[in-house]
Amino acid sequence: MILCRVIGNAISTVKHPVFEGHAVMVVQPVGTDGKPRGRSFLSVDSVQAGPGDLVLCAREGNTARQILAKPPMAEVPHHSVILAIVDEVELRGESALTGPGE
Amino acid sequence: MQLAKVIGTCVCEQKYPTLVGVRLLVIQPHDHSGQPDGPPVIAADPLQAGTGDTVEWVTGREAAMGLPNPFAPVDVGIVAIVDDYWGDERYLG
Repeated sequence: MILCRVIGNAISTVKHPVFEGHAVMVVQPVGTDGKPRGRSFLSVDSVQAGPGDLVLCAREGNTARQILAKPPMAEVPHHSVILAIVDEVELRGESALTGPGE
Repeated sequence: MQLAKVIGTCVCEQKYPTLVGVRLLVIQPHDHSGQPDGPPVIAADPLQAGTGDTVEWVTGREAAMGLPNPFAPVDVGIVAIVDDYWGDERYLG
Protein backbone atom coordinates (compact mmCIF):
# COMPACT_ATOMS: atom_id res chain seq x y z
CA MET A 1 0.00 0.00 0.00
CA ILE A 2 1.27 3.45 -0.81
CA LEU A 3 0.43 6.94 0.43
CA CYS A 4 -1.12 9.15 -2.24
CA ARG A 5 -2.85 12.51 -2.50
CA VAL A 6 -6.02 12.66 -4.63
CA ILE A 7 -5.48 15.50 -7.12
CA GLY A 8 -8.25 14.96 -9.68
CA ASN A 9 -10.43 12.46 -11.47
CA ALA A 10 -11.14 10.89 -14.87
CA ILE A 11 -14.62 10.46 -16.34
CA SER A 12 -15.47 7.73 -18.87
CA THR A 13 -18.68 6.64 -20.58
CA VAL A 14 -17.28 3.69 -22.53
CA LYS A 15 -15.66 1.35 -20.00
CA HIS A 16 -15.50 -2.23 -18.78
CA PRO A 17 -18.79 -2.94 -16.91
CA VAL A 18 -16.98 -3.66 -13.64
CA PHE A 19 -16.11 0.06 -13.35
CA GLU A 20 -19.75 1.17 -13.37
CA GLY A 21 -20.67 2.97 -10.16
CA HIS A 22 -17.05 3.59 -9.18
CA ALA A 23 -15.18 6.91 -9.46
CA VAL A 24 -11.71 6.84 -11.01
CA MET A 25 -9.40 9.32 -9.29
CA VAL A 26 -6.05 10.79 -10.35
CA VAL A 27 -3.67 10.15 -7.44
CA GLN A 28 -0.13 11.37 -6.88
CA PRO A 29 2.17 9.17 -4.75
CA VAL A 30 3.67 11.18 -1.88
CA GLY A 31 6.41 10.55 0.69
CA THR A 32 5.93 10.91 4.47
CA ASP A 33 6.99 14.54 4.01
CA GLY A 34 4.00 15.11 1.70
CA LYS A 35 6.24 15.75 -1.32
CA PRO A 36 5.35 14.09 -4.66
CA ARG A 37 7.22 10.86 -5.47
CA GLY A 38 7.07 9.69 -9.08
CA ARG A 39 4.28 10.03 -11.62
CA SER A 40 0.55 10.27 -10.95
CA PHE A 41 -1.69 7.31 -11.85
CA LEU A 42 -5.37 6.35 -11.81
CA SER A 43 -7.04 4.52 -8.96
CA VAL A 44 -10.61 3.28 -8.48
CA ASP A 45 -12.26 4.77 -5.39
CA SER A 46 -13.91 2.48 -2.83
CA VAL A 47 -14.16 4.90 0.13
CA GLN A 48 -15.71 8.12 -1.27
CA ALA A 49 -12.37 9.97 -1.34
CA GLY A 50 -12.27 13.48 -2.82
CA PRO A 51 -9.66 15.85 -4.24
CA GLY A 52 -7.16 16.90 -1.55
CA ASP A 53 -7.59 13.75 0.54
CA LEU A 54 -4.54 11.76 1.64
CA VAL A 55 -5.31 8.12 0.82
CA LEU A 56 -3.91 4.60 0.90
CA CYS A 57 -3.72 2.95 -2.52
CA ALA A 58 -3.04 -0.67 -3.36
CA ARG A 59 -1.44 -1.49 -6.71
CA GLU A 60 -2.03 -5.21 -6.90
CA GLY A 61 -4.51 -7.31 -8.83
CA ASN A 62 -5.94 -9.56 -6.13
CA THR A 63 -6.78 -6.59 -3.88
CA ALA A 64 -8.70 -4.95 -6.71
CA ARG A 65 -10.48 -8.22 -7.49
CA GLN A 66 -11.67 -8.62 -3.88
CA ILE A 67 -13.10 -5.11 -3.81
CA LEU A 68 -14.44 -4.67 -7.34
CA ALA A 69 -15.51 -8.14 -8.50
CA LYS A 70 -19.25 -8.30 -9.06
CA PRO A 71 -20.32 -11.96 -9.19
CA PRO A 72 -20.70 -13.69 -11.58
CA MET A 73 -18.20 -11.34 -13.27
CA ALA A 74 -14.96 -12.61 -11.72
CA GLU A 75 -12.55 -10.86 -14.08
CA VAL A 76 -11.49 -7.37 -13.04
CA PRO A 77 -9.18 -5.66 -15.54
CA HIS A 78 -7.73 -3.35 -12.94
CA HIS A 79 -5.12 -3.36 -10.20
CA SER A 80 -5.20 -0.08 -8.32
CA VAL A 81 -7.78 0.77 -5.66
CA ILE A 82 -8.11 3.51 -3.02
CA LEU A 83 -8.54 1.54 0.22
CA ALA A 84 -8.63 4.17 2.97
CA ILE A 85 -8.64 7.89 3.71
CA VAL A 86 -5.67 8.73 5.94
CA ASP A 87 -6.25 11.05 8.93
CA GLU A 88 -2.69 11.25 10.18
CA VAL A 89 0.73 9.66 9.70
CA GLU A 90 2.91 9.60 12.82
CA LEU A 91 6.67 9.06 12.66
CA ARG A 92 8.73 8.54 15.85
CA GLY A 93 5.93 9.88 18.02
CA GLU A 94 5.49 13.04 15.99
CA SER A 95 2.80 13.89 13.50
CA ALA A 96 4.47 13.79 10.07
CA LEU A 97 1.51 14.22 7.76
CA THR A 98 -2.16 15.02 8.19
CA GLY A 99 -5.06 14.19 5.92
CA PRO A 100 -6.49 17.43 4.55
CA GLY A 101 -4.10 19.49 2.46
CA GLU A 102 -2.75 22.70 3.99
CA MET B 1 -4.03 2.11 -14.23
CA GLN B 2 -2.76 5.08 -16.19
CA LEU B 3 -3.81 7.59 -18.81
CA ALA B 4 -2.61 7.37 -22.42
CA LYS B 5 -3.39 8.85 -25.81
CA VAL B 6 -4.04 6.55 -28.77
CA ILE B 7 -1.51 7.49 -31.44
CA GLY B 8 -1.92 4.66 -33.93
CA THR B 9 -2.87 1.09 -34.71
CA CYS B 10 -0.81 -2.07 -35.02
CA VAL B 11 -1.74 -4.66 -37.64
CA CYS B 12 -0.34 -8.19 -37.46
CA GLU B 13 -1.03 -10.96 -39.94
CA GLN B 14 0.52 -13.77 -37.93
CA LYS B 15 -0.79 -13.95 -34.40
CA TYR B 16 -1.02 -16.46 -31.58
CA PRO B 17 -4.49 -18.07 -32.07
CA THR B 18 -6.13 -16.47 -29.00
CA LEU B 19 -5.01 -13.02 -30.21
CA VAL B 20 -6.99 -13.30 -33.45
CA GLY B 21 -9.72 -10.64 -33.46
CA VAL B 22 -8.04 -8.57 -30.75
CA ARG B 23 -7.49 -4.98 -31.87
CA LEU B 24 -4.00 -3.65 -31.12
CA LEU B 25 -3.41 0.09 -30.68
CA VAL B 26 -0.26 2.15 -30.19
CA ILE B 27 -0.69 4.30 -27.07
CA GLN B 28 1.51 6.99 -25.55
CA PRO B 29 1.27 6.93 -21.73
CA HIS B 30 1.00 10.32 -20.02
CA ASP B 31 0.26 11.76 -16.59
CA HIS B 32 -2.51 14.14 -15.45
CA SER B 33 -0.69 17.14 -16.94
CA GLY B 34 -0.34 15.51 -20.37
CA GLN B 35 3.41 14.98 -19.87
CA PRO B 36 4.54 11.79 -21.71
CA ASP B 37 5.49 8.98 -19.32
CA GLY B 38 7.84 6.51 -21.00
CA PRO B 39 7.85 5.14 -24.55
CA PRO B 40 4.71 4.24 -26.57
CA VAL B 41 3.35 0.73 -26.00
CA ILE B 42 1.03 -1.62 -27.90
CA ALA B 43 -2.25 -2.28 -26.08
CA ALA B 44 -5.13 -4.71 -26.67
CA ASP B 45 -8.38 -2.78 -27.21
CA PRO B 46 -11.80 -4.41 -26.57
CA LEU B 47 -13.61 -0.99 -26.58
CA GLN B 48 -13.09 0.24 -30.17
CA ALA B 49 -11.03 3.28 -29.19
CA GLY B 50 -9.74 5.44 -32.04
CA THR B 51 -6.65 7.51 -32.78
CA GLY B 52 -6.66 10.69 -30.68
CA ASP B 53 -8.79 9.20 -27.87
CA THR B 54 -7.57 9.37 -24.30
CA VAL B 55 -7.83 5.95 -22.63
CA GLU B 56 -7.27 4.22 -19.31
CA TRP B 57 -4.99 1.18 -19.51
CA VAL B 58 -3.64 -1.52 -17.24
CA THR B 59 -0.60 -3.77 -17.32
CA GLY B 60 0.05 -7.30 -16.16
CA ARG B 61 -2.35 -10.19 -15.71
CA GLU B 62 -5.32 -7.82 -15.41
CA ALA B 63 -4.80 -6.53 -18.96
CA ALA B 64 -6.31 -9.70 -20.45
CA MET B 65 -9.26 -9.68 -18.03
CA GLY B 66 -11.09 -7.05 -20.08
CA LEU B 67 -10.93 -9.12 -23.26
CA PRO B 68 -13.61 -11.58 -24.40
CA ASN B 69 -11.03 -14.33 -23.83
CA PRO B 70 -9.35 -13.55 -20.47
CA PHE B 71 -6.61 -16.10 -21.21
CA ALA B 72 -5.24 -14.25 -24.26
CA PRO B 73 -1.49 -13.62 -23.95
CA VAL B 74 -1.73 -9.86 -23.41
CA ASP B 75 0.12 -7.67 -20.88
CA VAL B 76 -1.22 -4.21 -21.77
CA GLY B 77 -4.96 -3.59 -22.15
CA ILE B 78 -7.33 -0.65 -22.57
CA VAL B 79 -10.15 -0.65 -20.00
CA ALA B 80 -11.96 2.67 -20.57
CA ILE B 81 -12.21 5.56 -23.03
CA VAL B 82 -11.81 8.81 -21.09
CA ASP B 83 -14.26 11.65 -21.80
CA ASP B 84 -12.53 14.12 -19.51
CA TYR B 85 -9.87 14.16 -16.79
CA TRP B 86 -8.22 16.71 -14.58
CA GLY B 87 -5.52 16.89 -11.93
CA ASP B 88 -4.52 19.93 -9.91
CA GLU B 89 -1.09 19.96 -8.25
CA ARG B 90 -2.26 22.66 -5.82
CA TYR B 91 -3.84 19.81 -3.80
CA LEU B 92 -0.32 18.63 -2.99
CA GLY B 93 0.11 21.73 -0.79
